[in-house]
Amino acid sequence: MSIAITTQFICFTVLSLVILVGALGVVLLESIVYSAFLLGGVFMSVAGLYLLLNASFVAAAQVLVYVGAVNVLIIFAIMLVNKKEDLKPINNINSRRIISTSICLTLLSLLIRVDLTNVWSLSNPLNSVGEESTIRIGEHLFSDYLLPFEVASVLLLMAMIGAIVLARRDVMSKDISTGLPVDQELIEKSSEPLLTNKS
Amino acid sequence: MEYGLDLEYSFNEFLKGFGLSSEIAHILWLPLPMLLVLVAAVVGVLVTVWLERKISAAAQQRIGPEYAGALGVLQPIADGLKLLVKEDIIPAKADGILFTAGPILVLVPVILSWLIVPFGQNLLISNVGIGIFLWIALSSIQPIGLLMSGYASNNKYSLLGGLRAAAQSISYEIPLALSVLAIVLMTNSLSTIDIVNQQSSAGILSWNIWRQPVGFIVFWICALAECERLPFDLPEAEEELVAGYQTEYAGMKFALFYLGSYINLILSALLVSILYLGGWGFPIPVELIAKFLNLPINAPFIQIFTASIGIVMTILKAYLLVFIAILLRWTTPRVRIDQLLDLGWKFLLPISLANLLITAGLKLAFPQFFGG
Repeated sequence: MSIAITTQFICFTVLSLVILVGALGVVLLESIVYSAFLLGGVFMSVAGLYLLLNASFVAAAQVLVYVGAVNVLIIFAIMLVNKKEDLKPINNINSRRIISTSICLTLLSLLIRVDLTNVWSLSNPLNSVGEESTIRIGEHLFSDYLLPFEVASVLLLMAMIGAIVLARRDVMSKDISTGLPVDQELIEKSSEPLLTNKS
Repeated sequence: MEYGLDLEYSFNEFLKGFGLSSEIAHILWLPLPMLLVLVAAVVGVLVTVWLERKISAAAQQRIGPEYAGALGVLQPIADGLKLLVKEDIIPAKADGILFTAGPILVLVPVILSWLIVPFGQNLLISNVGIGIFLWIALSSIQPIGLLMSGYASNNKYSLLGGLRAAAQSISYEIPLALSVLAIVLMTNSLSTIDIVNQQSSAGILSWNIWRQPVGFIVFWICALAECERLPFDLPEAEEELVAGYQTEYAGMKFALFYLGSYINLILSALLVSILYLGGWGFPIPVELIAKFLNLPINAPFIQIFTASIGIVMTILKAYLLVFIAILLRWTTPRVRIDQLLDLGWKFLLPISLANLLITAGLKLAFPQFFGG
């Protein structure tokens, strides 16, 4: 084995181990903060796998989107609502666990089937895209994948408008869920400066 | 444009002369540029710290550090040594693992980003195809480290500082990336080498700052905000939050934050000079000088001259920007958090979007000036 292939093998083994252990940690750990940080580690390792596959643009995009945006927002949200309270015990926890395990196993078997039936090897490995991949991805996004690309952006726009509606209830005259008129006082209390009018 | 020194090639050939295989020569080569960049970054930090102390002293009509070496140039080394030997404290109720991992996560992406900083045609660690995009992706990891250390300190000031840092860097990353995108649009490439080469046709006249004045200002403001420099140093605002996410840190862990912020400042200055101020380019094109001296562009003398002037120009431009950043820090008041977010979302974001749109339009209208 040449040095390059050995290095690749070691990197692949380490990254896969980190992904497996990290993902198990995300699910099994009690502390939600640790889960969130481990999730970031898993995303980073997946980016590392993309790098091993010579897909540097996808790797950087993975880091930017999943680590830099999604994971930061998850951690941000956890820290804003980080109350130290014990979670209530859930009813029928065992049956719920059985159902979710069976769903996960079904998904796993589907993925294994895809893995076994798909032809993974490139017809000509020397023909791989490598550094040109950024240009190719751009071409595809603006030609044959234009519709999914635009639909995804419309989806994001909808999510954004929804978030604004939920966050800024004070601009609505009626509550969205109940239809009752909104008590403006409760939502936005007029804040008095602390130091003035105290003479 | 493929001229200039190729040190890696010469080094490999030199080792092969001793009968080593090319693979072993390559492995022996690999650590050299990394070490060089680490040393360059640390020396850059020492110089910047000294500059900061001297310039702030001048701005406040003090003398500043004076006794450690001539003009106090050894003062930053003394500071560093002091931090090295200080006791490393982990607060009793802090979360030890996250508390230790936080500063590392802040520092490592910043140093990794030096991968793409070119000091000459072949004087960079790796001319990766995704170039400047790598820096944008890596700089988005930093807020996780800040949030981590803010949370792990188990201190309300630290947590608030970490949250502020994350909010700030999320909001300023978008205009930053959009103004970089306008440059990339003009260059047709993400590589930092191509970005500099595209500006080298007519010396100072072809620098991107003339074609992207709005982008330049937006990028500079966002870079200062990403570095958490005054007027945007809210995450560590001394008067409100003690020291933000750094409050509980001492010794070497604090030094990691300190190093990280200064390396980030130098890196941002370097990137501004690469993206907008022609990188390693001399204000007068080297080809013209070579023609004036009647020397071919491939002559050894001209090559050495080009390489050294490239390094000098890059560092000179970067330190000019660092000087401006330091002056800004000691002469401007801090913005409030709502003003900061307003500036980011309501002013810089629309402006950088419009800038991108106008650049695209100009590129279609005048392809010879704005990249074909």
